[in-house]
Amino acid sequence: MRIMKMNELRGIHKVFSLLILLLVWNFAFLLLDLFQSLWIAILLVDFVIIVFLLQQASLFVPPQRMSAFEKAVGVGFPIILLAAWEILVRGGILNEEWFPPPTRIMVAIWNLSMNYDQFTKTSLLGRFWLIPSILPEEGWGGLKRLFLESHVNATVMRILAGFVFGAIPGLVLGVFMGMNRIVRTMLDPVVSATYVVPKITILPLMMLIFDPFGETYQIVTVGIGVFFLVLINTMTGVRDIDPIFLEAGRNYGANRLQLFRHVIIPGALPFIFAGLRLGLGVGLVIVVAIEFLRGEKGIGYITWYYWEVMIVKNMYAGLIVIMVLGILTTFGLQRLERWVIPWQREERELPGTVQG
Amino acid sequence: MALKIIAKNVTKVFPSPRGWIVALKDFNVEVREGEFLCIVGPSGCGKSTFLRILAGLIPPSSGEVCIIPGDRSGSKPINNIIFQEYAIFPWKTVKDNVAFGLQMRGVARNERDTIVLEWIQRVGLSKFANSYPHQLSGGMKQRVSIARAFANDPEVLLMDEPLGALDAQTRAVLQEELIRIWEADKKTVVYITHGIEEAVLLGDRIALMTAHPGTNKAFFDVNFQRPRDIKLTRTAQFGELCYSIWESLETEVRQAMEGQS
Repeated sequence: MRIMKMNELRGIHKVFSLLILLLVWNFAFLLLDLFQSLWIAILLVDFVIIVFLLQQASLFVPPQRMSAFEKAVGVGFPIILLAAWEILVRGGILNEEWFPPPTRIMVAIWNLSMNYDQFTKTSLLGRFWLIPSILPEEGWGGLKRLFLESHVNATVMRILAGFVFGAIPGLVLGVFMGMNRIVRTMLDPVVSATYVVPKITILPLMMLIFDPFGETYQIVTVGIGVFFLVLINTMTGVRDIDPIFLEAGRNYGANRLQLFRHVIIPGALPFIFAGLRLGLGVGLVIVVAIEFLRGEKGIGYITWYYWEVMIVKNMYAGLIVIMVLGILTTFGLQRLERWVIPWQREERELPGTVQG
Repeated sequence: MALKIIAKNVTKVFPSPRGWIVALKDFNVEVREGEFLCIVGPSGCGKSTFLRILAGLIPPSSGEVCIIPGDRSGSKPINNIIFQEYAIFPWKTVKDNVAFGLQMRGVARNERDTIVLEWIQRVGLSKFANSYPHQLSGGMKQRVSIARAFANDPEVLLMDEPLGALDAQTRAVLQEELIRIWEADKKTVVYITHGIEEAVLLGDRIALMTAHPGTNKAFFDVNFQRPRDIKLTRTAQFGELCYSIWESLETEVRQAMEGQS
């Protein structure tokens, strides 16, 4: 007992000394006015000190609180990063023109959402402030029109439409290629050869085939990007099913359709979802690239436009909105996956699970 | 008693990059109705191949297999396999796994649930009816597999080393459970194993196979009284029978080892 106490005291002592070290280290350079030239090196050492600090601190966390502690660190560190950014800019150490502080970016997002832009004839989220006047006049149709005109909607619709148009054929063909050897040997070289082409390079071709001023060519390009990833992953998923499950299915009387529904599809689902996740990422990249090049609306367009006119905080606003979109869609897909694949919910054994 | 399974001169050859491989050569066996037959042989002798041919999953290259159907009404299956532990569907709960065969042949939900819950109870998994396989231990998974086969009520049960992947203690427990469940209604069983003691403990008769390519080596009758339990393994007769089977099998095992190296 005595020894334990001693160790704990020494540990707490360590945490405080590391904290003091962190403060002294930073203020010393600040006072010496060396932050301007050495800031990368100083922040790197800060990072190392923080790692040691948290490691020491984690020794005092009781085991049942450990996951809460880890969550706090996971949320806390990005906040520290943002705060450091804010402080470095406000302190005149980072260039404000190129790296506007987070608070100013938030204000920019607010302004882009609340103000009507004469040039693009919309705002980030549409003119939702018109809802009270339009709803009685035009009803739900007017509400829809208001929502559809926004930048966010333009991008989201392109991603979703492309995602659906790519994922469904990818899924169907992937299952066929996974199950049928002849189909696979026929199509595999074609798929492998076209897969390596960066999908954005087919944009000119798509503009030849479809109306170059419409939405179709954009959606098709996104769809093709999604298609290949879903196709290849679905095929792998189907082929990865242990043959013993197919044997068991057949031996217990499953016909073709039942085998498909009860064995092949659920067996391939983890891979299918991996394909969907990758497809979503690629879809985002392609949408933004198209909006950079050709857009008249959309988050990619905003980001590019405000770079051209050098309103950098608005450019950052576009970046942040894209990031939020990416996080939301990925999160949504994750929730869907957990709901569709409940047997994968817990990776490891629960503490309460009984062994028999 | 009447014959239930007849296999005559069953031969199976597989294509491989180096040409045709003979997995099974002129294998003969007859199983009587209600008999528990164990097939024992060195690894790679084609015993699993024979079971799959018997189940109709793959056709024999030559020879004949025949399971003589009884006069049972309805859609009840002729045979079902109990595979090794990983053959229960990870994406189905214990209940849905056990119900699988019944569901495939269209047994109504109410009737299905009654049968399934009864079998889950008989293998002692009532608390885990709604668990997924990854939440179960190896022994429990294999109980699910056993319940899945028995719940489907086939005329013939084919077991492909069902306890082979388990640790020795769990295996001993499941051997006793298997004896208990089987002795309740004595279905015809073909049981593949490489454990001689397991075969002697469980079986009425043992068919020994030679090393690659697999064919008949010898038959042994196991005349111990039923009901049996694990105590049987402590008797002198049990040891003697195991040893005489081992004497017969040893050369084959050595040959199989040399073939692999």
